[in-house]
Amino acid sequence: MALLDIENLHAKIDGEHGKEILKGLSLKVNPGEVHAIMGPNGSGKSTLSYILAGKEDYEVTDGTVTLEGEDLLEMEIDERAAKGVFLAFQYPVEVPGVATMTFLRAALNAQRKKRGEAEISTPDFLRLVREKAGHLGINQDMLKRGVNVGFSGGEKKRAEILQMAVLEPKLCVLDETDSGLDIDALKVVSEGVNALRSPDRAMIVITHYQRLLNHIVPDFVHVMNQGRIVRSGGKELALELEANGYAEYQQDAA
Amino acid sequence: MPAVQETVDQVRSLDVDQYKYGFFTEIETDKAPKGLTEDTVRFISAKKNEPEWMLEWRLEAFRRWQTMREPDWARVSYPPIDYQDLYYYSAPKRPSQLSIDDIDPEILATYEKLGIPLRERDALLGIESGATKVAVDAVFDSVSVATTFKEELARAGVIFMPISEAVREHPELVRKYLGSVVPVTDNYFATLNSAVFSDGSFVYVPKGVRCPMELSTYFRINERNTGQFERTLIIADEGAYVSYLEGCTAPMRDENQLHAAVVELVALDDAEIKYSTVQNWYPGDKDGKGGIYNFVTKRGDCRGDRSKISWTQVETGSAITWKYPSCILRGDDSQGEFYSIAISNGRQQVDSGTKMIHLGKNTSSRIISKGIAAGYSDNTYRGLVSAHRKATGARNFTNCDSLLIGDKCGAHTVPYIESKNSSAQFEHEATTSKISDDQLFYCRQRGLDPEEATALIVNGFVKDVLQQLPMEFAVEAQKLIAVSLEGSVG
Repeated sequence: MALLDIENLHAKIDGEHGKEILKGLSLKVNPGEVHAIMGPNGSGKSTLSYILAGKEDYEVTDGTVTLEGEDLLEMEIDERAAKGVFLAFQYPVEVPGVATMTFLRAALNAQRKKRGEAEISTPDFLRLVREKAGHLGINQDMLKRGVNVGFSGGEKKRAEILQMAVLEPKLCVLDETDSGLDIDALKVVSEGVNALRSPDRAMIVITHYQRLLNHIVPDFVHVMNQGRIVRSGGKELALELEANGYAEYQQDAA
Repeated sequence: MPAVQETVDQVRSLDVDQYKYGFFTEIETDKAPKGLTEDTVRFISAKKNEPEWMLEWRLEAFRRWQTMREPDWARVSYPPIDYQDLYYYSAPKRPSQLSIDDIDPEILATYEKLGIPLRERDALLGIESGATKVAVDAVFDSVSVATTFKEELARAGVIFMPISEAVREHPELVRKYLGSVVPVTDNYFATLNSAVFSDGSFVYVPKGVRCPMELSTYFRINERNTGQFERTLIIADEGAYVSYLEGCTAPMRDENQLHAAVVELVALDDAEIKYSTVQNWYPGDKDGKGGIYNFVTKRGDCRGDRSKISWTQVETGSAITWKYPSCILRGDDSQGEFYSIAISNGRQQVDSGTKMIHLGKNTSSRIISKGIAAGYSDNTYRGLVSAHRKATGARNFTNCDSLLIGDKCGAHTVPYIESKNSSAQFEHEATTSKISDDQLFYCRQRGLDPEEATALIVNGFVKDVLQQLPMEFAVEAQKLIAVSLEGSVG
């Protein structure tokens, strides 16, 4: 059984005259696989990530999404998180006054509780965070600061990956994680992501540029346009796109 | 943060609209006849075996009160209060303040339910398990029913007793200081309180003494249709230090109940008073039925040079809150502080803030106010910072933040700043923000449910103030914040 199975997904912006953004998207993701989704601006890439996470601004009008056979669309946002869906945000949100450390612990324990597991002990938690933070070059000072408050672009993205590492999700959706990163930061973040690749974890990497895929090498590349996947292939497809651009797909759709 | 977790557990275990302290204790009471006349004042004074001067003082206040009008400038609205339709005195029938074994077991059980240990033995057990020692004065409706650790405090020279007792035992101190910070004629509610106050705490810390433990008063309104008018007077003599906490709860009732308290603090040279409040009076139900009308006058007088008074408050209860704990910075180099968290939900109305009156030279004050409005509530910060002509070098820093949850509530900030001295430096910062859908989505994507997420965001918002509270109170306050916001997301 696929980890994630999206069938003929149609979705529009919530509201009476909401614009349809996804127009029959299908995608199967198995454990251990890394799928890259590329496409021009406005093709619906970020919408897909929000719908998987359960953001309330969209309405699914047709199609199904299952996670390990369960209907994902029926689940609350936090229930999806507890089942292992993690979204690394393109623009991580600030939560002033709540230390990153506090936030991580509250999130981890909330998920554990929903899964019927015991809360993590303080020493175990500290050990876990220290280890993961070290790999990402995140120091103690940053962990004490408010979540994403006053973080640089690179720090925000590293903090997202730290959360991902601590929460150990089954399905990681990375939404334009490379945006706003210089080449050094891109390397650190990519190494953090690669360290999380494992046979029972799948990733969907959404990006506009091929650059990120030099560092996070995908198993599959999909081209998205006008709310649909219009072409799929192996990692070499990304290189082709880099060379030829998206023009050909946009013409097809027009 | 385990406290957040606990908070959330507590929120979960409750249904929306369920006030934890809303139970009523069945006990026999001794009441004054309904209504307010000179006879009521005489009745209360006689009940307390007060000396003649005290009765005269009350009667003067009562006569004055009859000529006054209820203030209407606050941003709160409520139907007219019929002052003749209230009881002004209600006391448990058994004699109080004898020994713990004479206290009606029902009352002991009530305080136990509230988590306030009145038996010193129990409190001592608390110490062994690592908690700090806290002396408690418990006020049940109109009388003080128990004061713990009195003897131990007496050894340090600290007087901590019900004010009704202090009137008899330490008349020289009471006469000297009562009404010296909040004059009898100060305002409608303070004058009413002066006429009919029934009990409250009296604290005197002598010269150079650092009070060996936290002092605390626990106020409980129990009886129906009864107003509570407590009076607290705290004096820190030269070089003394005292930290005082107060907590309040009341049963759930459909009618509104009146609470009009007066608190006076006096700090002499080099003295410091830290006064913390966790106010959790019954706020009324979700439609705004019932709840306490809380009209309170709290004022501290930094009478001595280099004295310091610090107010910290966490206000989550009451249908209506009208309250401005203030500091008169009379002594040179004196300091005033006000740290406040005011949360309103449902139909609650809060009009609260502070006054910092700079009179002496090089006086400084600091105001950190965090207002959180949810549901259909209205939350107003009203503050005055003023520098007198002679207040050379006065300094104030004010930071006033409001957080809105939902789109049916209101937050208002009304700062008054007056400076008559050109060397004064006053700074005012204010922000208004909303818990955004993006913040909630972000927290929920990490696994927090809507209430956990709100509690976390709000706790972040009030962090600066929570840090000012004594440790045990901070944890309690954090829980309270989550409980009072339950049902606010939705």
